[in-house]
Amino acid sequence: MPRCLAYLTVLLVAGLLAAAPLRAADLRPLIDNLANGGFKGTAKAVDELAATGDPDAVPVLSALLEGALYQRKSDKQVFRAEKAGRELKLFDAVTGTPVETVAKRAARKVKVNNRLRKQIRGALGTLTLLSPDPDQRRSGADAVFKTPAPENAVLLRAAIAKETDEVVRRRMQRALAAVTLRHDSDSTARIAAVETLGSFTDQDVRGVLSAVLLTDRDGNPLEADAELRAAASAALAGVESRLEFWSAAESVFHGLSLSSVLLLAAIGLAITFGVMGVINMAHGEMVMLGAYTTFVIQEIIRASHPALFDYSLFIAIPAAFLVAGTVGVGIERGVIRFLYGRPLETLLATWGLSLILQQTVRSIFGPTNKEVGTPSWMSGALEFDSGLVLTYNRLAIIFFALAVLAVLMLLLRYTAFGLRMRAVTQNRGMASAMGIRTGQIDALTFGLGSGIAGMAGVALSQIDNVSPNLGQAYIVDSFMVVVFGGVGNLWGTFFGGMSLGLVNKFLEPYAGAVLGKILVLVAIILFIQRRPRGLFALKGRAVEN
Amino acid sequence: MSSAAHIPELRTGPLSGLLLSLPLGGKIMLGLLALAALLVPLLNLAVPADSFFHVPAYMVALLGKYLCYALLALSVDLVWGFCGILSLGHGAFFGLGGYAMGMYLMRQIGPRGVYGDPLLPDFMVFLNWQELPWFWYGFDMFPFAMVMVLLAPGLLAFLFGWLAFRSRVTGVYLSIITQAMTYALMLAFFRNDMGFGGNNGLTDFKDLLGFDLQSDATRSGLFVASAVSLALGYLICAAIVRSKFGRVLEAIRDAESRVRFLGYRVEYYKLFVFTLSAMMAGVAGALYVPQVGIINPAEFAPANSIEIVIWVAVGGRGTLYGAALGAILVNYAKTYFTGALPEIWLFMLGALFVSVTLFMPKGIVGVLRQAGRNGILGALYGRGRLGEEHGT
Repeated sequence: MPRCLAYLTVLLVAGLLAAAPLRAADLRPLIDNLANGGFKGTAKAVDELAATGDPDAVPVLSALLEGALYQRKSDKQVFRAEKAGRELKLFDAVTGTPVETVAKRAARKVKVNNRLRKQIRGALGTLTLLSPDPDQRRSGADAVFKTPAPENAVLLRAAIAKETDEVVRRRMQRALAAVTLRHDSDSTARIAAVETLGSFTDQDVRGVLSAVLLTDRDGNPLEADAELRAAASAALAGVESRLEFWSAAESVFHGLSLSSVLLLAAIGLAITFGVMGVINMAHGEMVMLGAYTTFVIQEIIRASHPALFDYSLFIAIPAAFLVAGTVGVGIERGVIRFLYGRPLETLLATWGLSLILQQTVRSIFGPTNKEVGTPSWMSGALEFDSGLVLTYNRLAIIFFALAVLAVLMLLLRYTAFGLRMRAVTQNRGMASAMGIRTGQIDALTFGLGSGIAGMAGVALSQIDNVSPNLGQAYIVDSFMVVVFGGVGNLWGTFFGGMSLGLVNKFLEPYAGAVLGKILVLVAIILFIQRRPRGLFALKGRAVEN
Repeated sequence: MSSAAHIPELRTGPLSGLLLSLPLGGKIMLGLLALAALLVPLLNLAVPADSFFHVPAYMVALLGKYLCYALLALSVDLVWGFCGILSLGHGAFFGLGGYAMGMYLMRQIGPRGVYGDPLLPDFMVFLNWQELPWFWYGFDMFPFAMVMVLLAPGLLAFLFGWLAFRSRVTGVYLSIITQAMTYALMLAFFRNDMGFGGNNGLTDFKDLLGFDLQSDATRSGLFVASAVSLALGYLICAAIVRSKFGRVLEAIRDAESRVRFLGYRVEYYKLFVFTLSAMMAGVAGALYVPQVGIINPAEFAPANSIEIVIWVAVGGRGTLYGAALGAILVNYAKTYFTGALPEIWLFMLGALFVSVTLFMPKGIVGVLRQAGRNGILGALYGRGRLGEEHGT
């Protein structure tokens, strides 16, 4: 029995080994024909190669498309060639095994023109339709959709019947509909094709459908079939309204991601402002420090444990919190505590600190942008059939911001430190009288706020350039969030961040990015007239000064 | 405006009374300004270039620039030092005044631009504009441009202040929205379709009232104009803070609610002084542009406005002449260090912010006064350390 199996295995292997050259040999004359008869002859040979349905023809046609096919003058055989100085390295066109190296003069390039290129792309699409790899089949279907040739219809029908993957089948149906619409003469079939196309939501389908409705210079429709035109315009309307919906959805997503960045940058500012009545102009630099911490951590990991790179952000988040938090506590103990009751002076002193921090980082790391890598699990995107693309890094930032907000709220609500912090926020004198060490709370609050800014820097390093000016870019916006949302209330910051981010992104298409931002700033300046203490102001009877 | 009744009534009436009542520092400042206005043009124009006493042309422009900054610092000190309004947006008023002057200078170029268009400035030809935007009309007339130098910043300050002070936006909130204001203006002026030259701003000026801007005489003339404006600005500010109106301003700075409870319309006082200060900043900007030769949106950057505040703090907040002194000293240091040790300058500036707020809350003038009380005056009157008994 084992012996039987062994024989069988040997036979199988031998068969496989024999089969490959056999099939290649079948293609051989067709491949050699590619170089005969000028463009017309090449076109004919491409069609014949496509008609074999043999996947081995794929590398040959790809090489032809790239202009890498050469005919050896001595025996009129066609090879794939790579230029090496004055010589050509010849490879077997199908298997890719090196054959020999010849002088440039010994071979002649197989020329292609634009028309041929288009034909080759279609042929490649047809060939890959039957490939065992679903990704290949999908790209094959897309290629056919882009260059619909009448002879593809039969093959597509066969492929659709065999197809098991739902996504790929949809793509094939789309391609078939495009072929039918373009080349079929049967009116009902074409209308059905238009309806099939109408069930898709993407820009390409929109292009195909609007092509049906094109008119000539005098305004007469190019398409004679009125019924088809009606169907196409109905389908087009559907496609366009869905496209509009999805682009709105994309705006929401971009708005949310901007919002969460603003939220992350503003939370820390809001709590320090709420508790201490102090505006920390160096807050943006804490964000910048967090981003640079990420950079340093990644450099260390790259140098010592490259395998850990995917986890670098998980190490960077606590590290950035510690770095920025420590610097924050240092600033509070070293400068701010001497300036109590003088909020305007604090503003100036922290601005000075921000200049120093910026220049320090510039001196150490240089003024240029630093490359911060994205872990593999965060690169890429969630792509929907409708063309909606949600990038993983922005998704991760949205979740991260919400998680930070939730943890902070729990901290304020359920820990002794949080209780004391809220007490100091509401009434410093009374809290002090009840035995809370307000100085200690101030230092810790400032450290906490700065640490959160550091974590925001880790998030920002994934979507923005890491440079010494990173913090400056966000500082005015995060002030606006705080001013809009009101201090001493994280919900205020949350709504402030969310509304500013969303409004910004929704104004962008109408007003442009810069004008949109100006409008938002003006709106906030006007808003503050109505609510001088923000959306969620602390209620109290305290009189200023 | 109902506050008209409180607007300055000088105690002694005529100018001489005001001059006599100025503090020593103020008198020294006016004296130095008069001396500079005489000597600098003289040494530049009349003394041969190889002489030791010759003041080179670049120095005249540089000193003129410092005087413009001093006027700007004075305007900030008026609102911050005497009314407690920390404006982080005075760069905006400075910039608007500068743009008004720049627009006049652009129109003066006429057909001498690179593209030779008789009406349109170069950047508009470059952007393929066909006609002059409406807001550029009238800027070919010098008096109109001068009115706009006062009106543009004044109007903005009036609108902004009317909105902000009426709804009692104070303290850091006010500071932050003034910062937002200048930031928004910066973004707006960076746009090409705003019609103010976008990123590059306005530059390549040729002449002012027919005088060539490159000539030494014009530079000297501008220097004298800056010195005179600074002196006038100082006298106006001094007159205001010495009047009853000024007393109310100081009261507002120290206890706004109490002043309101006493029946004063706090918002009108603030609005008046804020608008006046903005106009002064506008004049400073208008004098600055022809001496520097360019105005671009970077003048609106929030960082610039904060820097103005530190000039005031270094010199001494609430002393007027101290603000001018601070502006000149800090800018001299900036010129020196950005040339000699460019990496050090931001460290220095940052350290200046921190150390002045921590150790010298009254600035250089405060330190001098303290020294005067302890030292020179003490020695004169033989009373030892006088300052400490009185506190400071």
